[in-house]
Amino acid sequence: MGANGIRDVAIVSFAQSRYVARDDRHNEVEMIIPVVREAVERSGIPKEKIGFTISGSCDYLSGGPFTFVAGLDAVGAWPPIRESHVEMDAAFALYEAWVAIQVGDLDSALVYGFGKSSMGDLHRILTLQADPYYVAPLWPSAVHLAALQAQAYLAEAGADARALAEVAARSQRSARSNPNAVRSGDATAEELLTEPEIATPLRAADIAPITDGAAAVVIAAGDVARDVCERPAWIRGIDHRIDSQALGVRQLHTSRSARQAAANAGAGRDDFDVAELHAQFSHEELILRDALGLAPDVDVNPSGGPLAANPFMSAGLVRFGEVASRIHDGRADRGLAHAASGPALQQNLVAVVEGD
Amino acid sequence: MSEALVEHHVLEYPGGYTRSVGPVIGRFLTALRDGRLEGVRIADGRVLVPPTEYDPVTGAEVGEWVEVGPTGRVRSWTWVARPDPDLHPLGHPFAFALVQPEGADTAMLHVVDAGSPDAMAIGMLVGPRYRAERVGSVRDLEAWVPLADGEHVAVVPPLAVPEGGEAPTGPVGGIVSRVRLEYDINAGEAPSRFLHGLEQRRILGEHSRTSDEVYVPPRGSDAKTGLPTEIEVEVGPRGTVTTFCVVNIPGLSELAPEVPYVCAQVLLDGAHTPLFALLGECDAGDVRMGMRVEAVWADEVGPDQRSIRWFRPTGEPDADPSTFEAYL
Repeated sequence: MGANGIRDVAIVSFAQSRYVARDDRHNEVEMIIPVVREAVERSGIPKEKIGFTISGSCDYLSGGPFTFVAGLDAVGAWPPIRESHVEMDAAFALYEAWVAIQVGDLDSALVYGFGKSSMGDLHRILTLQADPYYVAPLWPSAVHLAALQAQAYLAEAGADARALAEVAARSQRSARSNPNAVRSGDATAEELLTEPEIATPLRAADIAPITDGAAAVVIAAGDVARDVCERPAWIRGIDHRIDSQALGVRQLHTSRSARQAAANAGAGRDDFDVAELHAQFSHEELILRDALGLAPDVDVNPSGGPLAANPFMSAGLVRFGEVASRIHDGRADRGLAHAASGPALQQNLVAVVEGD
Repeated sequence: MSEALVEHHVLEYPGGYTRSVGPVIGRFLTALRDGRLEGVRIADGRVLVPPTEYDPVTGAEVGEWVEVGPTGRVRSWTWVARPDPDLHPLGHPFAFALVQPEGADTAMLHVVDAGSPDAMAIGMLVGPRYRAERVGSVRDLEAWVPLADGEHVAVVPPLAVPEGGEAPTGPVGGIVSRVRLEYDINAGEAPSRFLHGLEQRRILGEHSRTSDEVYVPPRGSDAKTGLPTEIEVEVGPRGTVTTFCVVNIPGLSELAPEVPYVCAQVLLDGAHTPLFALLGECDAGDVRMGMRVEAVWADEVGPDQRSIRWFRPTGEPDADPSTFEAYL
């Protein structure tokens, strides 16, 4: 038991797909099977001992009803299991699992997310999560809404597109050592700036690539985690905050909800070794660095981040997994994991993750 | 390995969703139909446009209405070089922008018809251009247009009355939201093996290495264990009706014969999951649980479930309920 009656909960295993821009071979179930299996095997907890199973996915990605239920076919839900689902990135499913462990009679949970955003037009699908009265009838895509935030940020910061290109170039360089990345390379910021704008001020390199894939983690409480994991990645604090859905009410150049979530998660000390941010556009990283109060020397998105691979509906969970895996193998002692949801960073989930 | 199959799929609600707008959004849209912009004042004194249905700070109801505009200032923008004429308000290049109307403390998302991105700047002055055909939609405001200093905003055109119709009056109560999304769905490996089997007039099921339970059609996993179904077995073509439904509503399926017709769950011999199928060559009134049936193949077969035209009675004695009751 930790401070304030909060149970200690750790990420004990992580698995993810070898992502591709378009998986023409597998359906979602076939895509999930090896990932869930690997996460469970690595956890060291027998599957039948895992107390809770929860997924994050979006039926609009495949255009069919209840595809999230079909996802359970990849888990093996017999005899009947306790399970749940969020129509959000699986990082938010992890948050529900963490709460379930706090309040329930269970000690471990399997969390997975999946999506094949290559099958439809992701950026148009995301228009449907915007306000249906004022915004969706005009059909701005997710990229247009992000671009409005990017312009607002650059104007406020007195910066220009070069600041974005530097984020994109660094992400691509970092991604060279990530075998799961779908976009990596050596291009310099200057080279990226010669590409055409997709939506002012965003260029292709500033926009996360369409990615198919799945990811899974197993989390466990206290002694269960210590028994199965040599160096558990303890979730020391976690919080989820939401900004207004009315774009005009928000100060788009910043993220108040990310700042609040970071404060509530206990991210006040700035001695993070690593931060994995669910920044799906270059400017989102800049806004988040500022809102989360990250020191300049923090290693941000060493995996390349969502600009290198953005498996929609699990890319946020991957941030948690990437931080945890660096704690598991001793590359980091303390990290920050972040996940977002909604248009223009509307919702933010922040966790502080530490090794013993 | 056979090739995975891809099918084009359209998700659409013909005519669109009808949404009720309620009193707050309804009043804003009614004002737009009149060629005016209205916002609401919230407890901290700010005027919100478009209005939210509650005070975003306190959660209280909103009440005091304030007319704003007619001009506004661009607070952020992005250029759309290749609009989609089926979706976007304008068929030629334009800017999406956050526009803060005069007298408002917030900005609204809309479009600016500026001709060129070079004409766009944060802080620029814009005025509204309304459509004549106004129906109580955020698109009644066709676009904002750049205004030079001292230039007057365009006159709101008189409301166009639809031919043979009447001018809309009274508060706006609802909007119609169009939704159309297109997909290329790939079946995956196991369903593709099943579908390619149909091409050879064979019905193929699969099971995992740890179980003899055969899934038809296979989705790729043993749903009980989550293990991949790696072992292929041919099942049927005969089977047993586990349960069925007599359909009396015409037009639900282009494949179905005239009403009444019968949909059934058919547990194929050798399978452990029933297959959804049509029944044919029998009277709806004769269909019963336990009836033995067999697949009738279409004249032309392909990697498509329509290769099985329907199932028809074999004339065998009915199956004992103990043979299928576990699959209901």
